Amino acid sequence: MKVVTEKIKFCAVLFCLFAAVTNAELRIKVIGGAEQAVPIAIVPFGWQGAGAKPFDVSQTLSNDLANSGRFNPLPPDEMLERPLTGRDIDFEDWRILGIEVVIVGQLLQTGNDEYTIQFQLFDVFRGKQLLGYRQPSTGKQLRRATHLVADMIYQELTGIRGIFSTRIAYITVEGKPPDQRFRLIVADADGENERILVDSNEPLMSPAWSPDGRKLAYVSFEKQQSEIYVQTLRSGARKRVSSRAGVNGSPAWSPDGRKLALTLSKTEGNLDIYILDLQSQMLTRLTNRASIDTEATWSKDGNMIYFTSDRAGQPQIYRIPARGGKVSRVSFEGTYNARPRISPSAEQVAVVHNDHGNYRIGLIGLDQGFMQVLTKGSLDESPSFAPNGESLIYATRDRQQGVLATVSVDGRTHRRISVVRGDVREPAWSPFVRN
Amino acid sequence: MFACKQWLAIGLIVVLAGCGGSSGTMMDDGAAAEDGTVVGSGSGADDSASLSGTEDDELLSGGAYEDPTAAGAALEIRVVYFAFDKADVDEASRALLVQHGDYLAENSTREIRLEGHADERGSREYNIGLGERRAQAVRQILLLRGASAAQFSTVSYGEERPAALGSDEKAWSLNRRVELVYNP
Repeated sequence: MKVVTEKIKFCAVLFCLFAAVTNAELRIKVIGGAEQAVPIAIVPFGWQGAGAKPFDVSQTLSNDLANSGRFNPLPPDEMLERPLTGRDIDFEDWRILGIEVVIVGQLLQTGNDEYTIQFQLFDVFRGKQLLGYRQPSTGKQLRRATHLVADMIYQELTGIRGIFSTRIAYITVEGKPPDQRFRLIVADADGENERILVDSNEPLMSPAWSPDGRKLAYVSFEKQQSEIYVQTLRSGARKRVSSRAGVNGSPAWSPDGRKLALTLSKTEGNLDIYILDLQSQMLTRLTNRASIDTEATWSKDGNMIYFTSDRAGQPQIYRIPARGGKVSRVSFEGTYNARPRISPSAEQVAVVHNDHGNYRIGLIGLDQGFMQVLTKGSLDESPSFAPNGESLIYATRDRQQGVLATVSVDGRTHRRISVVRGDVREPAWSPFVRN
Repeated sequence: MFACKQWLAIGLIVVLAGCGGSSGTMMDDGAAAEDGTVVGSGSGADDSASLSGTEDDELLSGGAYEDPTAAGAALEIRVVYFAFDKADVDEASRALLVQHGDYLAENSTREIRLEGHADERGSREYNIGLGERRAQAVRQILLLRGASAAQFSTVSYGEERPAALGSDEKAWSLNRRVELVYNP
């Protein structure tokens, strides 16, 4: 296996010469938290249709549920039976294996490019169906439809909305300075289905999802100056929204998607936060201090802007009403707290926190102000909440390589997501998106 | 564990296709995404495939080269360094910048780009702020020597363009810097 990996790396280098586009290939590894994983069985799905089955639904479901760290799927070769419908299940066959939940189903071809994922979820101990559903799909959408099925199963079993059908955006960097290649990439939450949105020899930074999940704002240095672009995922079309003298940084969408908070230095060279109305192009200055004011993020109701400022000498988190007003300090613990992100519950703010010389992801409770340090790295940064609030994705280091990791908000479950080559950084988890 | 076989399978396909295939276009399948996402217009052409020539070519005759170094050895030094989370210019750097400022004041057609940088620690956009603050500190000193604002442009790269790789104090101290780039 080692040898094969080396070969992949070697040929990947060749590929750079053959084609401008390469895959970065994310790999996910669950590191902790499996001690309470529920034993579950996803029986290999049946296939009824012309030719070979177009997609392995049960394998993807199994990967999704295992990735959550909450479930431990039984390998198919250990199964005593392989029923395709609830009628065919002998619950005793699963009880003796200690399996608590069984999922059975089939992929059915219902038309030329029409399919149905039919599945049922059973409580083994009570022998009772918990959920049954038929999810239609086109051939192209089978992966996405399967992630939606995984979301339904997850919600049924945990009471929490699943995030398997969401996506992550991130930046990859290959090469050594000054000859580096930067890419902005979007992938499914399981790391599959990567698509390169931007490919540049100059730095790319700070991807931010629009609230409807259809667009990304980001910073690009492709003109040797920082600029902010908004790119539509579906078409790839993009629009430059800020290219003022000095710094153009930290784009953050308002919850209604109509405005961007951003950081400008203009010609005076002092970073302040502004609000840009995307429709009218009207720019409103929000902060006006000699300090660095940056990294704005909106409260869930859109009334407040949280941001980083070193107005007290070192970076700390502050907030200001989005319409302007009195600034109040949010973080007090430690000498360095930066880049706030508000939790979906609106109860906590995730920050980059200097923990005795190590930069780690911290959570500050907005009611009491207590700091909880979630991670153990020395250069952890860029926390981004999963839209269901259960976990955070962030950037960390594995030896000298930049990798992504997730941590549950209770700090117990850790996952590591690495790329085959190059660095990966600045993950941004998409919001929930409607179909 | 779960995805290992899958990755191996994909990897093998990549190996076979990459090493044996004659076409370089197949990876485009990955870019032509299901929902039609296209690669945006990043910066121009692919310059990753630069080629080096043979060593034994004859030397061509040279030409005149005008450069600020003609005005003094100190001007050859075009980078100044900073302390962590600080934008204060120390005495040695100030003395150096004074000479650059004098040169710019005397050569009012020369233009300079000040590129501010930070080390990798902490958050990226805050580091953009630090790099900008450092570039502005250098700019102020140069302006005080009589150079005009029109001669300057500034950009902050934060931690995005390190001069040294590594996660130790040595690399960090080399990365907290402002580079003075004279326009040709």
